[in-house]
Amino acid sequence: MKNWFMLALVGQDRVGIVAQITDALYRGGCNLGEASMLRLGTSFTMMMMVNTQLDENTLISVIQPTAEKLGLHLHLDQIEGELHPHPEPDVKIVVHGADRAGIVAQVTGELANAGLNILDLETGVGGSDKKPFYFMQIEGNATQGMEALQLALEKLKETLQGNIDINLSPLETFDL
Amino acid sequence: MMLEILTYPDPRLKEPSTTVETFDEELRNFLSNLEETMRAGPGGVGIAAPQVGRFQRIAIVDVSSHKKVTKHHGRLVLINPEITDWDGFEIAREGCMSVPDYTGNVIRATHIKLTAQNENAEIKYFEMEGYEARAVQHELDHLDGLLFLDRLVSRRHDLFQRKTHQKKK
Repeated sequence: MKNWFMLALVGQDRVGIVAQITDALYRGGCNLGEASMLRLGTSFTMMMMVNTQLDENTLISVIQPTAEKLGLHLHLDQIEGELHPHPEPDVKIVVHGADRAGIVAQVTGELANAGLNILDLETGVGGSDKKPFYFMQIEGNATQGMEALQLALEKLKETLQGNIDINLSPLETFDL
Repeated sequence: MMLEILTYPDPRLKEPSTTVETFDEELRNFLSNLEETMRAGPGGVGIAAPQVGRFQRIAIVDVSSHKKVTKHHGRLVLINPEITDWDGFEIAREGCMSVPDYTGNVIRATHIKLTAQNENAEIKYFEMEGYEARAVQHELDHLDGLLFLDRLVSRRHDLFQRKTHQKKK
């Protein structure tokens, strides 16, 4: 399980990006681990763990022609790869309100101080151009316990004076 | 006696199970081994016969050890179970003894009605909710060759799908 890379590709979305990139990797003798691929705005973003015997430069030469053809920017890092530790989130935080700059920084700043380790965060902007609203959902680990996060949120709510809704709830995994 | 748990991607986990016809000493011995195996597991709250390679419609569920669960029926031996009614839905993360080191979000009914036979072939009727209802739905899926992997929901959009606007006639 050695020789892992984190490969990131970003570019204008179009049909066939996943198929063509993964085909190039497969033909180059690479194996994929965990991956996150999604459209953000009009861009398509891919991050994947790639396991290969190739060195960094050879791996780039395997992907580059396809990436260029598709207009994707490429970023590659060698990493300490491990497939198996999957930390399970034990807390969920949902935030929404009228959109303005600084919500993410403010909320995650307080939560980080209270021990939140974020595992998954997604945000979106909805509403109309004149009245946009902001939505954020976070899953993570409360490394200092739920109470610390609860206190941090109380403090945040005072600072934000009711302009943003923030809800914290425990997440449980049912081992069945 | 502890039984060996089949783990994914063992293709036998996809096999549908058949109705139990014979309620005898052999069945009761099996149930005792199945329960022992369940209680030794990480969750220890549910198991289905096909998980140990016996393809019969049998499950055991006992969520009473779970600290937050208030409503439950204690130890349940469910033979030839049928869910007759579903109500409400909720997303929660599930794990399974047959799918080690992986968990995922699954939608389940929050309230169910259920009939099943016990080890003496008596037909029982249950109404259950919450964790117990989730555990039963998860175990009964095994009887149809389904894993929670077959029911994973998208982390993004499943709950928020827009209603399709219907054109006025």
